[in-house]
Amino acid sequence: MVVVLLLITLVCSAAVGLVYKVTAEPIAAAKDAKISGAIALVVPTFDNNPAENPMTKEVDGGVMTVYTATQGGQVMGYAVETFTNEGFGGTIKLMVGFLPDGSISHIEVIEQKETPGLGDKIDKSKSDFSLQFEGKSPADFKLSVRKDGGDVDAITASTISSRAYCDAVERAYNLLQTIKR
Amino acid sequence: MEYFIIVISAIFVNNIVLSQFLAICPFLGVSNKVSTSIGMGMAVTFVIGLSSIVAYLIQYYVLVPLHIEYMQTIVFILLIAALVQMVEIILKKISPALYQALGVFLPLITTNCAVLGVAILLVQKEFNLLQSFTFAVSTALGFMLALVLFAGLRERLDLEEQPKSMKGLPIILITASILAMAFMGFSGLV
Amino acid sequence: MSKFQLFAKGLIKENPVFVLLLGMCPTLGTTTSAINGMGMGIATMFVLMLSNMAIALIRNVVPDKVRIPCFIVVIASFVTVVELLMQAFVPDLYATLGVFIPLIVVNCIILGRAEAFASKNTVFDSMLDGLGIGVGFVLALTVLGGTRELLGAGSLFGRKFITGDGILIFVLAPGAFMVFGFLMVLFNKLSARLNPKAK
Repeated sequence: MVVVLLLITLVCSAAVGLVYKVTAEPIAAAKDAKISGAIALVVPTFDNNPAENPMTKEVDGGVMTVYTATQGGQVMGYAVETFTNEGFGGTIKLMVGFLPDGSISHIEVIEQKETPGLGDKIDKSKSDFSLQFEGKSPADFKLSVRKDGGDVDAITASTISSRAYCDAVERAYNLLQTIKR
Repeated sequence: MEYFIIVISAIFVNNIVLSQFLAICPFLGVSNKVSTSIGMGMAVTFVIGLSSIVAYLIQYYVLVPLHIEYMQTIVFILLIAALVQMVEIILKKISPALYQALGVFLPLITTNCAVLGVAILLVQKEFNLLQSFTFAVSTALGFMLALVLFAGLRERLDLEEQPKSMKGLPIILITASILAMAFMGFSGLV
Repeated sequence: MSKFQLFAKGLIKENPVFVLLLGMCPTLGTTTSAINGMGMGIATMFVLMLSNMAIALIRNVVPDKVRIPCFIVVIASFVTVVELLMQAFVPDLYATLGVFIPLIVVNCIILGRAEAFASKNTVFDSMLDGLGIGVGFVLALTVLGGTRELLGAGSLFGRKFITGDGILIFVLAPGAFMVFGFLMVLFNKLSARLNPKAK
């Protein structure tokens, strides 16, 4: 009786382990594709492959990555992969594109687990929330929601998600400033 | 403060039944009387609280060191099944009174997706041990709150006349929908 | 029962969602749009079919006493396999469905079919049974998801029909209960009209 159960468990575990080995690479590839796709969305046209030489830095217990997009050797913009742990559903990962002058070009959500219909409006495809950041420079645009005295219009009923979003964008900006210096 | 937010969020704002859609089966199944729903709620709270601690320990002291996080689903479900059995046996031995009150609900709990759901969520949310336990217990209390409220509504509903094709589950679901709307009012809280 | 009936009974007569009332959690939780509902349905269908076959295969080897733990191990393994495959090939869908994918393990439909059908029938019959019930599940979830998407966002399978926002409440939690409730009213009404003798 116990032998059969043990045997079945062993066979199943082996099968799952095998599938894990086989899918490990496609899973990593799918994540990579998402990142290079996101870079292209947030910075203006470029002709290098920014994903090739990323600059990683550990900030506040997480890893952040800066990709530089150039055209003909001239810097066209920076894509910063940033995060926040303040989200309603935990971590939110964003790709924030900055122009060389430090203003925000576009922002894309890479990973979020916010409430569908509420917090997930941080995603560009769900609402216009992220559009209010475009063209703004964090130097004179205060990155916090109006409730906290900032310049950002929060998503209705999703103040936490909105705050978290601002937190992530601000973290990206601060990192870029320290790197530029 | 952080713990306070976890508690409020799990009980009201992200109520496990009415906004996360876990544990729907017992929510619809054992909610016809207020008294049984309290018993079920307590049994679930007990098991979820216990399983959250065990799940946390297994995740961070077994799965992560061995790099087999992908086995999570298999390990957790077996763990919960075993835990429920154990609780049943122990309860029978040491506290027959409590067993009398909760016993009938225990076998139902293994397939209660809230138990597995909470175990997976607390890993996903990267809570520490105390946060996990707080989250688990308040989630279970949220389940109990929804269940008891709903049972109260259903006791009233039974006395009313209903259209023929709405009898049974449909009217119950529509009632649940209105209750869920009421809970949406909490969403601005945190 | 002919082979075809074995497959077809899951579609309407024994539809797992509308008639047997099983698998409520993913039914309500993942049907925010037609495509999400369908994705969840298909993932569940795969697990159901494969686990039904595997359990029919081992049904004579497994002693009665450890039957349930064995079934759970088999089901959990297939769920993990589906989980890994989805992460690799449809990462976006995997991200939307979130916690409901591992929770296929506790979907009562799967253990229910394993216990009621696969543990007593041949591999081929069990496959047909799993496929039928699975397709019924996909259908139910797609209809529910489609209705909610249409009302809540004014689109169907991502294609927009109405400009503007739609009635957001249908995509939110209360809408799930409400749309499902009214669809069941409709289902009851129709099946009462189709076979008046049954009632």
